Amino acid sequence: MDGLWTVPNNSPTAAPAAVSYGCRMPAIIRCQNLVKTYEGRPPVEAVRGLDLEVEEGECFGLLGPNGAGKTTTIEILEGLLSPTSGMVEVLGRQWGKDDDALRQRIGISFQETKLSEKLSVRETLALFRSFYRRGITPAEAIERVELAEKAKTWVGKLSGGQKQRLAVACALVGDPELLFLDEPTTGLDPRSRRQLWEIIRSYRQRGRTILLTTHYLDEAERLCDHVAIVDRGKVIAQGTPRELIISLGSEHVIEFTLGDHSGNGSSNAPVPDTELFTQLPSVRSVHNDHGRTCLSVSEPHKALPALLDRLESLQLPLASLTTRHASLEDVFVKLAGRRLEEEESPSS
Amino acid sequence: MTIAERASSAVEERPPRPRRLIDRAFVQLVLARLREFFREPEAVFWVYIFPILMVVGLGIAFRNQPVEHIAVDVESGPQSATIASALGSNPRFVVTTCDAADCATRLRTGKAQLVVSAAGNPPAYQYRLDPTRPESVLARNAADDALQRAAGRVDRVKTADETMSEPGGRYVDFLVPGLLGMSLMGGGLWGVGFVTVDMRIRKLLKRFLATPMKKRDFLAAIMASRMLFMIPEVLVLLVFAHYVFGVFYYGSVWSLVFLIVLGALMFSGVGLLVASRAKTVEAVSGLMNLVMLPMWMLSGIFFTSDRFPAAAQPLIKILPLTPLIDALRAVMLEGSSLSSQAARITIMAAWGVLSFAVALRIFRWQ
Repeated sequence: MDGLWTVPNNSPTAAPAAVSYGCRMPAIIRCQNLVKTYEGRPPVEAVRGLDLEVEEGECFGLLGPNGAGKTTTIEILEGLLSPTSGMVEVLGRQWGKDDDALRQRIGISFQETKLSEKLSVRETLALFRSFYRRGITPAEAIERVELAEKAKTWVGKLSGGQKQRLAVACALVGDPELLFLDEPTTGLDPRSRRQLWEIIRSYRQRGRTILLTTHYLDEAERLCDHVAIVDRGKVIAQGTPRELIISLGSEHVIEFTLGDHSGNGSSNAPVPDTELFTQLPSVRSVHNDHGRTCLSVSEPHKALPALLDRLESLQLPLASLTTRHASLEDVFVKLAGRRLEEEESPSS
Repeated sequence: MTIAERASSAVEERPPRPRRLIDRAFVQLVLARLREFFREPEAVFWVYIFPILMVVGLGIAFRNQPVEHIAVDVESGPQSATIASALGSNPRFVVTTCDAADCATRLRTGKAQLVVSAAGNPPAYQYRLDPTRPESVLARNAADDALQRAAGRVDRVKTADETMSEPGGRYVDFLVPGLLGMSLMGGGLWGVGFVTVDMRIRKLLKRFLATPMKKRDFLAAIMASRMLFMIPEVLVLLVFAHYVFGVFYYGSVWSLVFLIVLGALMFSGVGLLVASRAKTVEAVSGLMNLVMLPMWMLSGIFFTSDRFPAAAQPLIKILPLTPLIDALRAVMLEGSSLSSQAARITIMAAWGVLSFAVALRIFRWQ
């Protein structure tokens, strides 16, 4: 695991205080040992010592379940929340000194903003454009998010996906070098999600940098060059999606469920002891997941026959069996001990 | 390509051109407010039609008219016919004869202003009335006069009445400056306070904060759009009152404009202060009512604030609405100069400046 961590090789004090032309910056976003505790009884530790480094030109994803501290982290990086402690550097600067200069260079889209319903798409973008010294025209922004047909439509009449694209367009209209997107596709239908992914990809293809948060694994896998998996206010793994999956030591997963002897694979089917399968060839780990048994394997062609033989000899009838490539979900399960969409149980 | 290189190449692609007025953040923010407002028909109705309805309703209900009819009851008895005929000589009296119990009820419920009864021989007249009711007192004097004359009293001196009803002294003249002040108060509190809280709830304030938008542009735009909304609001009320009720404005137009603008600015400041922390519609509505209710009652919108006890006067005089309405009345009805209103203007300016300063300090953007 350790090899995956991107260890910053510059100390924060060595970072240039201001943008000096012609010299390459070490990272677009850097934060170290970020802590945010909300006061209250009891105090809520939303972020508990989080390190990040986002390089220029990449799409960086903060992946984690709801309540992991993703939004708090991104809002601190956006300069909207002040951290309890820790170092934050965005585009080589720190928040609190000449924030306007920084704001001119970044674009932000929140998880949820209710833009004025009675303004048209074009009017909304003209408004946001007026806040920036330089940028693209409202018409260009409309073009980039493919809302040309809706340019004169009131915001209140747009669908959820169109509203979200408009929100992204509001972030793009200042032609930012860095784009922050908090849960850009949450609650959208599959088609709208793909449209947004295309917008994000084309922005990235201009060599710009994106930091997004998501709790969708497929989004992180398909869209992000780098992913930091966040859980309970900490980064529990960081790397490219591929690196993270390889770190499991096994790129494949075999999942099966057992039928009971009446022949139907119902929920009261026996769940075998995971110990029975750990010794099979190329099996790295075994766990139970709601009645399913999941084997992480590096070589499925060796593991499968051995598994079938073992089940045969134990007289356990199969109800279903699938093999698939390991995903970030498996990485999360391995590291956090639960599935991503599962609520954290109080005992855990 | 480094960020610096890219930034410079972007500048080459798009040479900076002088910014048109319409592209300025302040102008765009004002435009957005105007569009939002005028695309909301209900809001337009309440802001512009409501004050007119108030003037019409109250103007009709309290229109000054000569006392045409005096309802007098005569308690039935041996003398009742004599009394009725004595009163009947004057057409202003509407005489009803009924028994004692009925008369008492009619007097209590205001259907009769006065009950006349007679007792003894020679008859002595007795008047029953409610001395707190001006109409009752008036009826008593008129009836007494008629009965005394019928009994043979002779006037010693010749008198003649010269009647006048000049605009400026009627209730509707008194009412219009009050309604104007009330409308400036309501408009400022709702137009600035409510809108600001609504934007906070929608996280739009926070979204703006995430851009390089300057806070002063935003606040100036809220104020400016309030001033723009106010112009038709005020004009509609003044023009309507002038043409429909013949309300006449004695003072100078510029004094009136000055007071209206000052009042609107002051209440925008109060509105901003009320909205500076509130996070829900309920909270801000409650706060606004808390602020407005005392002024509705005390500041002399519908009747002069002099009616409240002397002990309360110093407090009433420094409420923001009182000096505004008093100054408006002085200028509109008496033609006073602005310099004569300096004390009131100072109180208003103090309210405006203080509320702004505090609001800016404690304003919650997210």
